[in-house]
Amino acid sequence: MAHTPNHPVENDIRNTYQWLEDRLPIISFLNNSVGSNFMAPRNLSYMWNFGSLAGIALVLQILTGIFLAMHYKPDVHMAFDSIQHIMRDVNWGWLIRNLHMVGASFFFIVVYIHMARGLYYGSYKSPREVLWGLGVVIFLLMMATGFLGYVLPWGQMSYWGATVITNLLSVIPFVGPDIVVWLWGGYAVGDPTLNRFFVLHFVLPFVIIAVVVLHIWALHMHGSNNPKGISLTKQTDYIPFHPYYTIKDIFGLGVYLIPFTFMVFYAPEYLGHTDNNIPANPLVTPAHIVPEWYFLPFYAILRAIPIKELGVLAMFGSILILFVLPWLDKHPVRSARFRPLYRPLYMLFLANFILLGWCGMMPAEGIYVRIAQAATAIYFGFFALLPVLSKYEKAKPVPTSI
Amino acid sequence: MSTKPTAPHATDDDAPLGDVDAERRALLVNATAAFGLAGAACVALPFVSSMNPSRSVKALATLDVNLNDIPLGEAKTFLWQGKPVFVWHRSEDQITEARKGDTTATMDPANDADRVQKAEWLVVMGVCTHLGCVPMRGGEYGGWRCPCHGSQFDDSGRVRQGPAGTNLEIPPYRFLDDATIRIG
Repeated sequence: MAHTPNHPVENDIRNTYQWLEDRLPIISFLNNSVGSNFMAPRNLSYMWNFGSLAGIALVLQILTGIFLAMHYKPDVHMAFDSIQHIMRDVNWGWLIRNLHMVGASFFFIVVYIHMARGLYYGSYKSPREVLWGLGVVIFLLMMATGFLGYVLPWGQMSYWGATVITNLLSVIPFVGPDIVVWLWGGYAVGDPTLNRFFVLHFVLPFVIIAVVVLHIWALHMHGSNNPKGISLTKQTDYIPFHPYYTIKDIFGLGVYLIPFTFMVFYAPEYLGHTDNNIPANPLVTPAHIVPEWYFLPFYAILRAIPIKELGVLAMFGSILILFVLPWLDKHPVRSARFRPLYRPLYMLFLANFILLGWCGMMPAEGIYVRIAQAATAIYFGFFALLPVLSKYEKAKPVPTSI
Repeated sequence: MSTKPTAPHATDDDAPLGDVDAERRALLVNATAAFGLAGAACVALPFVSSMNPSRSVKALATLDVNLNDIPLGEAKTFLWQGKPVFVWHRSEDQITEARKGDTTATMDPANDADRVQKAEWLVVMGVCTHLGCVPMRGGEYGGWRCPCHGSQFDDSGRVRQGPAGTNLEIPPYRFLDDATIRIG
């Protein structure tokens, strides 16, 4: 890369590739990043499709979002009606909005699978701790963006979701209530809040893109993990990303688009909440308020603990704990395939996570709270057990090569 | 992925293809690319279309004007599709002047009779054909002059002095009755 004085520079522009290469080596950069010069393990399964799918989902959200922003009005008197305007008047507005709504849900589905893949195959372990940490940052930014976006239609769920979530910050000692007022720009969620939420919802995806670039940069330092979780040493263990994985990713995209477009065209409201079709009313809270489905497990943790401060801490802690996962699980074997104890524990964790999501959907009363409390204990118990497993779990024999 | 190679490969395109059917591969690659491009075009269409006037904008496409409000010899300006329309109730003298101009308006020749449906009602767009400013009454030709760059139009809305090169446009309109026109 470094330019040495003796390095001959192509000055004949007819030799276009080399001419550009000597001035801006962008083609070889792409080729090294996602092209034939990027070597990937040859045994990657379809679970490795979800990284590129997440990238495509992000691009689709930004694209549809930009076109929606051309018609949306971030004003409490006009926001709800401007959504109706998009759905009824704007050419293809219904399609673009449905793509954006369903796209948000599918983005989370893809990212949850992507994270579950990493958790199963130990992709967070050395030397990929920073890669994993950046992924958690992206997940947090996604949650923030998703929450902000859900406020924009200014329906009942938008308004009360915004009220409840921003009030979470009131638990911060001493300055909490002031921070909440600062966030609102008033003494309740209102016009200033909506206006700034719109701006932040527009900006954050570009921040996500920046972190994705870092995420991919970190990925390229040590390459992809693989289903066997072993560090590859032989050249024959690798195949070039292009064409082998580009074509596999494109095929995966085609499969992904089938359920995605089905939802867009036939069930766009299925994952939403009907109450959000009622304009925001600061005087009446809906009888049963739930967040978007992708927040439900964390929402359940929040409600499981009857002490306000602890509940909020547990909810944020349940995500932040992912940052220290590489240091909780220091077992030398990466892939759960060769860990007889971690594997069932992982399955339990996944099932428990889905159970938490179900609890978050149910009313916060009676048996549901008890179940949510047990599930919360299991959630954190999983992480508490990891250091113990690191010490005592005896792994099955690990192959030396794929 | 069923034909996973087990040996290291050359990554350049000139590498020998072995038992690969090159013709079949080329067909598959080209067909995939063609379908991909067609799909991308289909996806792009709604996005491009969404920026065109929406149904709510199109719903404002017509404007009814009550002619009784316009005294003889005077012009009034109305807003239609976001742009001004001049409706001029021309007097006998003004019509005569306009008809005289049929021979002298050489920049964009047009007969006054072809530019009106009823001689006493001149309906033209109040948009200068140069760069879109709104002309004001005045100038040396009895009609309008544009404050932006000095174009002048006569009592039939014909251009008499540049930089504009064409006459004031005539919007589509029709008489609903003697006292009402519908523009659009």
